[in-house]
Amino acid sequence: MTVAFTGESHKRDYSLTGEDTRHAKEIGLANAEWYHSEVPRKVMKELMQRSDGPAIRDTLLWFALLAGSAWGGIAFWGTWWCVPFWIVYGVMYGSVCDSRWHECGHGTAFRTGWMNDVVYQIASFMVVRNPVSWRWSHARHHTDTIIVGRDPEVACKRPPNLFRLLMAYAGVIDMVDSVKILARNSVGILSADEKDYIPESEWPKAIFAARVHMAIYLLTLIAAIGFRSWIPIMLIGAPRIYGCWHMLMTGLIQHCGLAENVTDHRLNSRTVYMNPISQWIYWNMNYHVEHHMFPMVPYHALPKLHALIKHDLPEPNASILDAYREAIPAVLRQARDPNYYFRKPLPPTARPYKEDLVHA
Amino acid sequence: MPDWIAVCDVDVIDLEDVIRFDHGGKTYAVYRSPDGTPFATDGLCTHEKVHLADGLVMDDTIECPKHNGRFNYRTGAALRAPVCVNLSTYPARIADGRIEIQI
Ligand code: FES
Repeated sequence: MTVAFTGESHKRDYSLTGEDTRHAKEIGLANAEWYHSEVPRKVMKELMQRSDGPAIRDTLLWFALLAGSAWGGIAFWGTWWCVPFWIVYGVMYGSVCDSRWHECGHGTAFRTGWMNDVVYQIASFMVVRNPVSWRWSHARHHTDTIIVGRDPEVACKRPPNLFRLLMAYAGVIDMVDSVKILARNSVGILSADEKDYIPESEWPKAIFAARVHMAIYLLTLIAAIGFRSWIPIMLIGAPRIYGCWHMLMTGLIQHCGLAENVTDHRLNSRTVYMNPISQWIYWNMNYHVEHHMFPMVPYHALPKLHALIKHDLPEPNASILDAYREAIPAVLRQARDPNYYFRKPLPPTARPYKEDLVHA
Repeated sequence: MPDWIAVCDVDVIDLEDVIRFDHGGKTYAVYRSPDGTPFATDGLCTHEKVHLADGLVMDDTIECPKHNGRFNYRTGAALRAPVCVNLSTYPARIADGRIEIQI
């Protein structure tokens, strides 16, 4: 059961240098104090503890699945038997990369710093994100989650572009956009938004990283032409298109259909119970409210954190399908009424929503 | 010459942990390293104004709770993005079973 909230509509400016940016700063929505559920310091310290074990296990499994499925795809190339192998390879490359990028970007996956950094670099390449810029953009996403004019990572802008959202599943538009950004960065150009969230001292690193990524894509193309084979492209680059569907499926339900311009993650983020395979691919980011409230808790401790604070959170969605049943009608309605959002009821055990700065 | 100010009894801070200490309109983070030595730094992260005392102490680093930036709390050095600016550090000692910092 959810409750609809609507209000007066104005045209939103999601750029980071426009009218909504100015407004967010003016009313204190930028860099605001956010709501946190109560967790005693001793317990939180336990939850924050890092360890290499779970991430080494998951990363070895990931590499083994990548290698095994790539082997099958190549060995059975030219027959229908290669298809299931490429499907697995696609998801391992084009979807798993997102959660590994995310968790290693936070530095919480492994205890050992260099392991986080190595997996972060590999995953950034696979997901076609500049490893320097995206570190900063994601920091901003955490500071100003779904604050219009401040958050560079709003997936469902209002009113939504339904065609683009639908096409996102095919992966092509996002891939083209991502490669365009890398190409632009590689020739030394950063956009106004990028300049807003990346400190100037980091600009040369962002440009260098984009050049490295573009060089690898160029080598892949040369190899494909040289060998007169699609296989190099099936292995590098293309899986971000044909295998990204799981990343989109899980990523789009993080915030879509929920509130904007609030300072309580329970109003703008969604926790969704998932099947164990999706949860492994997504590295427990289905506990999304929990992750946003306490980003220093590693992925493997999120289920424990969830159990501790669920009395203070809205009822999680029961499944991915259940989350879409909630999000799709909300997004469709936002196409007509951009101020509409779902406001999930809180259980009686929860503290009320923090709404001192609400401009949903 | 800055004064030595008493913060708390030594066992108030666990080994490899940190607490917040407010004094004279400023906020500090006071640490105990894994071997029990006390240290003190500014209390707020240099990236955004977030209290480091809510973060995680690992060996000789403090991880900020907001974006996981890291500092070496012994030297104040910024170690991991998104922090780029070092923290100020302050002398700390144990005297008569209490932790004191010089500020
Ligand atoms: S506020 Fe400390 S790392 Fe961002």
